Amino acid sequence: MAYIEAHGLRKTYGATVALDGIDLQIAEGRIVGLIGPNGAGKSTALNAIVGLTSYEGQLRVIGRDPWTEREHLVRDVSFISDVSVLPRWMRVSQALDFAAGTHPRFNRAKAQSFLEKTSIKPASRVRELSKGMATQLHLAIVMAIDARLVVLDEPTLGLDLIYRKQFYDALLDDYFEQNRTVILATHQVEEVQHVLTDVLYIHHGRIIFNRTMDEIEAQFHEVLVHPDRLAAARALTPIAERPGVGHGILLFEGRDRQRFASLGEVRTPSVADLFLAVVK
Amino acid sequence: MSNLIWAIRRELWENRSIYVAPLAVAGIILAGFAVALRGWPARIQAASVLGSSELREAVQQPYVVAALMLMGIEILVAIVYSLDALYGERRDRSILFWKSMPVSDLNTVLAKASIPILVLPLVTFAVTMGTQGLMLVMGTAVLAARGMSVGELWGQLSLFELSRINLVHLVTFHGILWAPLYAWLLLVSAWATRAPFLWAVLPLVAVGIAERIAFDSARFALLLRNYFLGSPGAAGAGGMTMDMLAPHSLVHLLASPDIWLGLTAAAAMLFGAVRLRHVRGVI
Repeated sequence: MAYIEAHGLRKTYGATVALDGIDLQIAEGRIVGLIGPNGAGKSTALNAIVGLTSYEGQLRVIGRDPWTEREHLVRDVSFISDVSVLPRWMRVSQALDFAAGTHPRFNRAKAQSFLEKTSIKPASRVRELSKGMATQLHLAIVMAIDARLVVLDEPTLGLDLIYRKQFYDALLDDYFEQNRTVILATHQVEEVQHVLTDVLYIHHGRIIFNRTMDEIEAQFHEVLVHPDRLAAARALTPIAERPGVGHGILLFEGRDRQRFASLGEVRTPSVADLFLAVVK
Repeated sequence: MSNLIWAIRRELWENRSIYVAPLAVAGIILAGFAVALRGWPARIQAASVLGSSELREAVQQPYVVAALMLMGIEILVAIVYSLDALYGERRDRSILFWKSMPVSDLNTVLAKASIPILVLPLVTFAVTMGTQGLMLVMGTAVLAARGMSVGELWGQLSLFELSRINLVHLVTFHGILWAPLYAWLLLVSAWATRAPFLWAVLPLVAVGIAERIAFDSARFALLLRNYFLGSPGAAGAGGMTMDMLAPHSLVHLLASPDIWLGLTAAAAMLFGAVRLRHVRGVI
């Protein structure tokens, strides 16, 4: 079953087109990375999915219309919006109390075990926490909700390397245990690509690329070409080329990986490099 | 239902002025009363010579003043609260967190409306009772220390009756009758992207000025005045006045058609606030 289904999804702010007709299907049990430059429409798309913004076109999320059924939808969907902040006056314990009181799928013990790995104290107010600690608290709440769909917009902004690693490990653990569906937008592409099953590139409000990681592995090849063989390699019409140390790095699209083996070392391109190639 | 209660609890966590402000005023009242008590036995003796109504007046006056001061702070807190209730959460972007929890816009707005309409009058009533109770204890102690009859004080002061009038007044006037005012402030608070106070006041002033220029009359201003403050005649909310000691009852108030018009307008404005909370995002 498709968890997210969009047809001709559009959103304009005055003369600015944030989403320019998006067609999209995300199946249950995927971890989808939404990747794009600033202003590409990532946050608008995610906000539409979680019912924070109105839109034109069709959108169903777990069978519901997010704009009119937000309070029902959020029982199954947990999310962090890009500019979301916890209320500054709130105590950590109050945030947990409120989530436990209102959200039927919130697991307080789980949130507390996340918080135990941090230096956050239950009696602290959010305004007393550092920016990173406030994000940790927010993530602890979101991750303790046993949601079917998790929507994360730049979830690890301002977090240190260790915590980011912990967070993505926890995300993967939950994913394998509960067959969650995750959609994740981030600029720290290199860090998340090992957890993704699918990649969506979004640019100027349109989805310009939509593949599974398996497809990318099968169809895209990055070849480290020795300068002597560059001319021969370029004849095979690479989709991108960039200089490396002592060799050129050429990106090819095609089924047959062996074809490129004679040119040099062949590997799977990173999601970020592929994005740059596709956007060009 | 339980989500509504959590939404109200959130308001009490967030806006501690709901109970801190009345308690602070109660503290000031008690401090002032303690100072005034020094000259009080003499005043009572003087009043008792003049007659029983003067004596009653002298005994009751501080208790009435205490109740009025607490009502004053109640109105101030209610207005400040209502103007910020649906504006502040958009300005500090915490609305995005609130909307990630399964609490509907309707429950959120109802919780916020219940603060000025129900919670603040009841909190004020409780604080007033506590304050008057302490004043009674302090007065009794002073009289007893001077060797004066405490019976005089207790006989002239019906704290129970004062409290009953106070409760009815707070619930009917500050709660039910004034509900349209708070609904209006909440509506503006949900709509404005800046300066909610100005947006709340300026349209009313504009209507008044336009009427004055077009028809050279002041019916709109008079309508608001008669509704919210009552009028000396039979017009307004059942011809009642804001004098808290005037006899009035809930039944009397509910018999007036004005109150039903006012409550209908309040419901419509709150419904508008619910729609706006749905549509309007962060500022």
